[in-house]
Amino acid sequence: MNRFTFVDCTTVAEALDHLKQGSVAKAGGIDLLDLMKDGIVSPSMLVNIRRVKELHGIETSEQGLSLGPLTTLSELAAHPVIQKTYTALSDAASHAATPQIRNMATVGGNLMQRQRCWYFRSSEYNCLRKGGSECFAQKGENQYHAIMGNEICAMVHPSSTAVPLMAFGAQVELTSKKGKRTVPLNEFYIRPDESLLDETVVKSDELITRILVPAPAAGTRSAYQKYGEKESFDWPLADAGVVLVMDGNTCRSASIVMGVAAPTPLHAKAAEVVLAGKTIDEATARAAGKAAVDSATPLEQNGYKVQLFHTVVYRTILLASGQLKRDPSAVGGMA
Amino acid sequence: MSDIEKRAITRRGFLKAAGATAASTVVESAHAITKDLRDSANGPAPLGPGAVPFVLHVNGVPHSISIEPRMTLAEALRDTLGLTGTKVVCDRGSCSACTVWVDKVPTLACMTLAIDVGMRNITTIEGIGNADHLHPVQAAFVKHDALQCGFCTPGMVMSCAALLERNPNPSLDDVKHAISGNLCRCGTYPKVFAATLEVAQDRKALSRPVSTSNGKDA
Repeated sequence: MNRFTFVDCTTVAEALDHLKQGSVAKAGGIDLLDLMKDGIVSPSMLVNIRRVKELHGIETSEQGLSLGPLTTLSELAAHPVIQKTYTALSDAASHAATPQIRNMATVGGNLMQRQRCWYFRSSEYNCLRKGGSECFAQKGENQYHAIMGNEICAMVHPSSTAVPLMAFGAQVELTSKKGKRTVPLNEFYIRPDESLLDETVVKSDELITRILVPAPAAGTRSAYQKYGEKESFDWPLADAGVVLVMDGNTCRSASIVMGVAAPTPLHAKAAEVVLAGKTIDEATARAAGKAAVDSATPLEQNGYKVQLFHTVVYRTILLASGQLKRDPSAVGGMA
Repeated sequence: MSDIEKRAITRRGFLKAAGATAASTVVESAHAITKDLRDSANGPAPLGPGAVPFVLHVNGVPHSISIEPRMTLAEALRDTLGLTGTKVVCDRGSCSACTVWVDKVPTLACMTLAIDVGMRNITTIEGIGNADHLHPVQAAFVKHDALQCGFCTPGMVMSCAALLERNPNPSLDDVKHAISGNLCRCGTYPKVFAATLEVAQDRKALSRPVSTSNGKDA
């Protein structure tokens, strides 16, 4: 790991004073230390925000949920209101990584993780994201890579919490010395065709100061499921967050987001259209699952992920609507 | 070199003795320096990149040490304090062998910067038991042969003991969940489950809480 200076801040104002070229904010530090140990990033200063009190805490109200970005994944998973009203979010938080990592990792840091790609995360490969001229995944080992939006760069974004947060229509409050702005999570991530060097809209002098989730409409039901090779400590091969606004058995509207399908978490708009106004049953759920992957462009080794996403979308729709129990083959399904 | 000479100056013994001496003499001044740094200007002063004085509270004992900000808690425990019970395997947060408690919460020492621990209390495997006074979970591991090569064992014990701290009556699923981050290449999981559940059972039979330390402030 490179040498760096460390500044321990206790307020947002102190942290903003130190956020400049070469410095980087550190919350739980899991992904940051991982990247630093592998020499992928080498900041000259770590701005420690973990002890900033105003960035902690979960507030619930009639307007919705206001999450301090330093809320740990364990805290999200254990919160009774989130479990009841924002079920997909607590499910996603409770199935990410390991208990120890969930005790340390924060929801803000989870959103800010860099993408997963073993070429990007190896210092041996100077890929497009690092200013090189080639995406090594296109013709290389690409079994875990993106099946959509993968023409330029095939990395996947691994944030488990981004999937339900986006499905719930969350917004991210960003603060810099110039002031605050609020960005829908839907517009938070930057696709490779927009920029290869910026992965989120967060500027180097900005901090995430709040994550806001609007209160779900009456009749809302939600679910999240993840498939992986291992039951614990594994990034998903496919995951989906589904938020349904139901009127009896009829779906008034659906919000469906897929993780690790593309370089950014992705709304399955075609699947949402299939469900709107329909009675949810096995047939409509399967049709929505199929629509979700219609535009897939798999690489040589990841065609299996197309079927996996079809399955995770339709089974998570049925789980959200209460017509199916958690899939025993999904992560956490056996528990 | 004879055995006696070896015992007289072992690397670990030397480190431990040096650490103890340093701890008793520098604790106060290190506190003062840290305080000065915070008060010196408007807001906190950046520390490092060179070594800075720091007090690490481990197993109830304050240790005054000198560390670079890039040093992980695992490195500080093992290399600086000689507390080699905490094991480092993957050094990437993937295996949980380095699990310690930070204010009783199971935490990965390899993915924690020592300087980020502040005044919080670290508990390592040395803090919950030793060869003369095993922690009940350690004793149950021995009884159930819940280890083979033993490298994952300190982290595994810390996870199981933490579970019993927060849930004295765990189910099998609770134990599985608690150690779902701890990788054991030897595949001792069924015996780890049995050992942990037996500690909970014994405790219930004796209707007294599990002893969580061997007299130190864990």
